[in-house]
Amino acid sequence: MDWTAFSLSLQLAAWTVGLLIPLSILLARLLAWGNFRGKSLIEALIMLPLVMPPTVLGFYLLVTFSPQSALGGFVKWLFDGQLVFNFAGILIASLIVNLPFAVQPIQRGFEAIPRNVREAAFVSGLSRWETLRRIELPLAWPGIISAIALTFAHTLGEFGVILMIGGSIPGETRVLSISIYDSVQAFRIDDAGLMSTVLLAFSLAAIAIVHALARWRRTPAP
Amino acid sequence: MTHEQVALSVALEQAAPIPLDVSFSCRAGELLALIGPSGSGKTTVLRAIAGLYRPASGRIVAGGDVWLDTARNIDATPQARRVGLVFQDYALFPHLSALDNVRLAMQERAEPEKTRLAQELLERVHLEGLHARRPDQLSGGQRQRVAIARALARDPSVLLLDEPFSAVDRITREPLKDELAALHRNLSIPIVLVTHDLDEAQALADRLCVLHAGKTLQTGTPDELRTRPASALVARLMGDENLAPARVTAADQVELSGVPLRVERVAGFAVGQEVSLLVPPESIAFADRGAGSANVVDARIVGLQSLGELIKVTAALDRGGQRLSFRRSRNELTSRNLSIGQNVALFLQPDALHLMPAEPASDQAPTNRA
Repeated sequence: MDWTAFSLSLQLAAWTVGLLIPLSILLARLLAWGNFRGKSLIEALIMLPLVMPPTVLGFYLLVTFSPQSALGGFVKWLFDGQLVFNFAGILIASLIVNLPFAVQPIQRGFEAIPRNVREAAFVSGLSRWETLRRIELPLAWPGIISAIALTFAHTLGEFGVILMIGGSIPGETRVLSISIYDSVQAFRIDDAGLMSTVLLAFSLAAIAIVHALARWRRTPAP
Repeated sequence: MTHEQVALSVALEQAAPIPLDVSFSCRAGELLALIGPSGSGKTTVLRAIAGLYRPASGRIVAGGDVWLDTARNIDATPQARRVGLVFQDYALFPHLSALDNVRLAMQERAEPEKTRLAQELLERVHLEGLHARRPDQLSGGQRQRVAIARALARDPSVLLLDEPFSAVDRITREPLKDELAALHRNLSIPIVLVTHDLDEAQALADRLCVLHAGKTLQTGTPDELRTRPASALVARLMGDENLAPARVTAADQVELSGVPLRVERVAGFAVGQEVSLLVPPESIAFADRGAGSANVVDARIVGLQSLGELIKVTAALDRGGQRLSFRRSRNELTSRNLSIGQNVALFLQPDALHLMPAEPASDQAPTNRA
């Protein structure tokens, strides 16, 4: 059992959720109620990771992030570091891959809020920020919970993109799913079986916990 | 500022996307009903007052504050307008208790004061003991009360009600109307009620404002609009059925399909001019004298429709076939032993007959025979 990989998977999932959910809330709200040019294009771009083969996405990210590329060169100049074959690289990849899983449920959550409920908040004197905090976020809560569950579970299972951009460096980029693959390659079938079971149990637990949380939030106050 | 000074004046104008040509005002403590068929722009006018819709040009002044003045580029946000709005489906915050729905509309008040005032408001609308319920645990009528309490929570300078009774059943509606009437007596701010229900409007409003295709046609007391409409279109929108083309034949006389009728005055119309004649239902009586007497016409009963205690009688004039409808008590009809096909003589009270400009042919088509 590769505990380092297990810990790395959890860290990657936690960072992804922590960074992606606030960003997705802003993006989803804009897409739910905004009416601007290029909205369909942005929606299509967000959905793209769903339909693109992970290896293809990983390949493009690898090319984009490599120190020879413009972006990679800029990062090298700025931080004297790089985005390929390290944790920061797989985190950025994970953020991109998980966009549809985070944005979609939250967008549906915002879209389900009737327009006149928001207007009622404005007429009641609530500022836009207060309306977001007191009305919109609580009402979009089930969507946000779904986004957290999907993103978390999906990050734990992500394989192709991470392998392409991160390789399999212990303690840096070798997450649990890659460690499973390595174990099978090395004929350590029992190890792979144990880790698979852990991953399965963890994914199930993550989803169960957030759904319980969503139900708890919906129950009326006594 | 005291509430006595508070009033509302509204003037809106735009050509598209929704044509608007609206002008009315409402005194403090007055209930003005905006009436008109669906699609006439009633709700848009209300949304413009609340700041949720911006017309191309217009001016809205409430309680001495200019909320909108497109000429001076003033357009206050909904938050900055002290307005109470009761939405058609109430638009309560579904995740909050009745008390919190009201409390949330008191942004400017101190925390301990909020709860006390919100409780007072909920008691004022008779929601004792239901403060902790969420909207989905309340009936339609109870939700309306929460919506009214929430609308009053900001201490508004104008109260706007958008079809407030359309989301509740008929049995719940009557007590709610009584409560709105009571609330109106105790509030010293202008109240604007939007409705397509004429009975509701006439029962509750001090004045009515008739809106058609985005244009305010006439504003006046319910009686004025019913008996002295400015045009045949207003008469139709007010539900008047007894409209007939007629011609002025003398200074106090018109001719309705060949039958001379005496009227009190023909002010504004010349002899020989074509006019629209309104025969208010309450001006029609069964005549005991025969035809030939002044303002008595021969007719035949063509319809008897029960309205509960009253019966709607429809009669067709022998000359010209013009139909006139009026209401009579069940008892009176029984004692007169009236039935369909029977010939009657009707007396049309001269001072109630009302003349309006002749309708353009295009407006005449959809005759209201409901």
